[in-house]
Amino acid sequence: MKKVNEKQKRITAADLPHVRIADANFPAPFKSGLEYSSPARGTWNIVHTGMLIPEAHEIFVCAAGCLRGVVLTAAEMGAQNRFSTVAVRENNLLDGDMEDLVIEGVSDIIGKLPKRPPAVLVYTSCVHHFAGVDLDMIYRTLRERFPDIDFTDCYMNPVMRKSGLTPDQLMRSRLYMLLHERDKDPRAVAIIGNDLPTDEGSDLMKLLKGAGLKVHEITSCRNYEEYQEMAESSVYISYNPDAAPGGDMLAGRLGGTHFPLKFSFDYDETDETFADLARVLGIDARSADEIAGLRKACEEEIEKTREVVGDTPISIDYTYCPRPLGLARLLLDHGFRVERVYVDGIPGGDRAAFDYLREKYPDLMLYPTVHAGMRFANSAMTSEDEGACGVNTLALGQKAAYFDGTDHFVNIVEGGGMIGYEAVMRTMELMRDAYLNSKEMKELVQVKGLGCEVCNR
Amino acid sequence: MKQTASVISTYSADVMGVCSALFELGGMTVMHDASGCNSTYTTHDEPRWYDMDSMVYISGLSEMEAIMGDDEKLIEDICLAAEELEPAFIAIAGTPIPAMTGFDFEAVAEVIEQRTGIPSFGFATTGMNTYIHGASMALAGIARRFVDKPTPRVTEMTEGVILSEAKDHSEKIKVNILGLTPLDFSINGQDRSIAEWLESEGFEVVSKWAMGSDLDEIRRAGEADINLVVSASGLGAARVLHERFGMPYAVGVPVGNELPGLLADQMILWLRGQVPGPNGTGTCPLSHSEISVESGVFLGGRQSEDGRSYDKGFAAVIGEGVTSLSLASSIELECGIPARVLCATECPEDILRECDRLTPDEDDIIPELEGADFVIADPLYRPIVPEGAKFIALPHEAFSGRIYRSDIPDLIKDPDAIFKQF
Repeated sequence: MKKVNEKQKRITAADLPHVRIADANFPAPFKSGLEYSSPARGTWNIVHTGMLIPEAHEIFVCAAGCLRGVVLTAAEMGAQNRFSTVAVRENNLLDGDMEDLVIEGVSDIIGKLPKRPPAVLVYTSCVHHFAGVDLDMIYRTLRERFPDIDFTDCYMNPVMRKSGLTPDQLMRSRLYMLLHERDKDPRAVAIIGNDLPTDEGSDLMKLLKGAGLKVHEITSCRNYEEYQEMAESSVYISYNPDAAPGGDMLAGRLGGTHFPLKFSFDYDETDETFADLARVLGIDARSADEIAGLRKACEEEIEKTREVVGDTPISIDYTYCPRPLGLARLLLDHGFRVERVYVDGIPGGDRAAFDYLREKYPDLMLYPTVHAGMRFANSAMTSEDEGACGVNTLALGQKAAYFDGTDHFVNIVEGGGMIGYEAVMRTMELMRDAYLNSKEMKELVQVKGLGCEVCNR
Repeated sequence: MKQTASVISTYSADVMGVCSALFELGGMTVMHDASGCNSTYTTHDEPRWYDMDSMVYISGLSEMEAIMGDDEKLIEDICLAAEELEPAFIAIAGTPIPAMTGFDFEAVAEVIEQRTGIPSFGFATTGMNTYIHGASMALAGIARRFVDKPTPRVTEMTEGVILSEAKDHSEKIKVNILGLTPLDFSINGQDRSIAEWLESEGFEVVSKWAMGSDLDEIRRAGEADINLVVSASGLGAARVLHERFGMPYAVGVPVGNELPGLLADQMILWLRGQVPGPNGTGTCPLSHSEISVESGVFLGGRQSEDGRSYDKGFAAVIGEGVTSLSLASSIELECGIPARVLCATECPEDILRECDRLTPDEDDIIPELEGADFVIADPLYRPIVPEGAKFIALPHEAFSGRIYRSDIPDLIKDPDAIFKQF
């Protein structure tokens, strides 16, 4: 990396913000301040997620600066034909015509589309919130004007990210607001709230399909009617923690039960959450023999991986899966050399792992990803500085790969569709592959929305 | 006006323009924003992000801080980061919510400067204008604050008698290039090509605002005899340098086979106290500081030999004002085809000709394309181009970001990348 200002103070690896886990606070190990944005872009944003609703059209109503990122997200995924914008200008703030701008702008766009979409997602923004815009009136008017279109309210409102639901939680909840109530099928279930499809070989799919249940998931819906069929589900299963509020809303609105399945690398916790799910579904839980077999298979995979990876330093970041500390615990307990976890805040589900690691591995280092000093992490970590990791790290997650400057990394975001014992086994397989085969890290991590091609329908 | 874009993209915004303009100068730029602006800028607007370690951050503004007017949180965060990272200067740029809450950028910058001792700027961008507005504002701020006073030789210059009295003709004319950002010139070497062209024409380049020059070079910009403004982003600085030092400026991009020579000649003649007359012949006395290269060959209802005019059979160039005007002028000069500019970003009206239009929205552009035989624009404009018109793709980082970066031509070195398509 080229130094812009040669006279500027040099930031070394030792200068980078970090804390021993033994000294870290829960859930915020780092003080908030100016925020940096790393070039690792694989996580999904609200454009990608909204596109999961087949045939739906997205309309963003925001200032140009806010539109820029979302319009190019759509363009990069080749979905311009499902995406439009209405620009909010300074005069709109002064004139008090924000409601008219949304209503007439959205109407104008719908009139110009070559084909009438069955659903329109209208995203309003921070300025609407601060101007006290009457969103209810806006959506009511649009529904009256276009009775053949389903509208739902979506938000690009990051100023509210510390008030109530996070933008991610809110967006995942909106995915199911367009479902119409229909008769329930007691043999139908839906996996909700994921951007990426659940692995067919995962514990969850095997359990559900092994019991003969009909499984809906938004990622496999090919058209709007298939999407609507999700409403027949009697049980909604979420395993991304950010999908849980949406699951509760969905069950409250359409009936049925929401079951938040725990994503975990802890064998006992996995068994417990799957047993609870089986109970809710009214199907047989996994037998003791089956569980023993899965555990044995996991241990064999882990051992095989440890033999390959050996003493290679490992880093993990929070974008890899919902439980980065749980993964660190699993690896450390099995003799892997986990040195760093990149995480700005400790996820609630990782509390037990956090407490455990503080006691048993107090020197495990936590690094933030957005702290201002992390601007220099890549150059510092790949230098000859004391405390630098060089380029030999095995990274799990894109941000860890970028900060460590390594081409040996597992390129997965948001758990990648893994769940249960399969998450352990697949992670091991991917670690071996990453250790043995390098990737073009610089090119790969800068692609937005890893795997988002599944949602452009 | 519905201000809609049913299918086309959006230009980079003013706040990103500030960041882009200041990127290579060793400062710390803070977007006062909740979230999103930083990832947008670093993904789509800043091709140097991965390879250069410039400090660009967001403040992470929250609802409660905005409502309660908690400016102290921002000030403390900036001072803390500045203490750790020691930037050459600090710049704060605004987004929609600070615009709504009436955040006082200049006052906050002053407080930060008092506490840190580091030169600080406040740029009251709103996120609702294009990058041109922000970049121009930022470069003007740099011109006002950092450019050292030139030597007495230059300060004594007066318009119209500059070079003839003050400078030997054998001495190289010194020039600054103003308005260089990757948003308009990408990172494919066009910035270097402009400098190389100037040197081949006998000029000496003092500084390049702001690609390829550090703050020390920028400080010496006052040594130049003239400025070349290559995008509207450079106009703010050009005007400040004119106000401060009487420094004249030319507006234009050396694109094409004929126009670059005309541009160089005009700059030289201007500094010698002569400029070409209205028809390109003779001279007229200097009365103002600005030299624009334009053709307007077909103004006044004139038609080409094959009957083309600004109403029918013309070429439409959509994009940033100065580049588009330069390209349109070259098309007229070299291809004999009337070419109109549809300027989608901020541009002073007096830069454009009467046949050109400011077209900020999709609805403004579509009717202006009626009758066009050629449309030169970023590929993301293609969906609104009439079926009968030939589309000539000219990717523009400020519109389509990184999507077509590898297809962006070096128009200075290879103008035929466009012209051969007519």
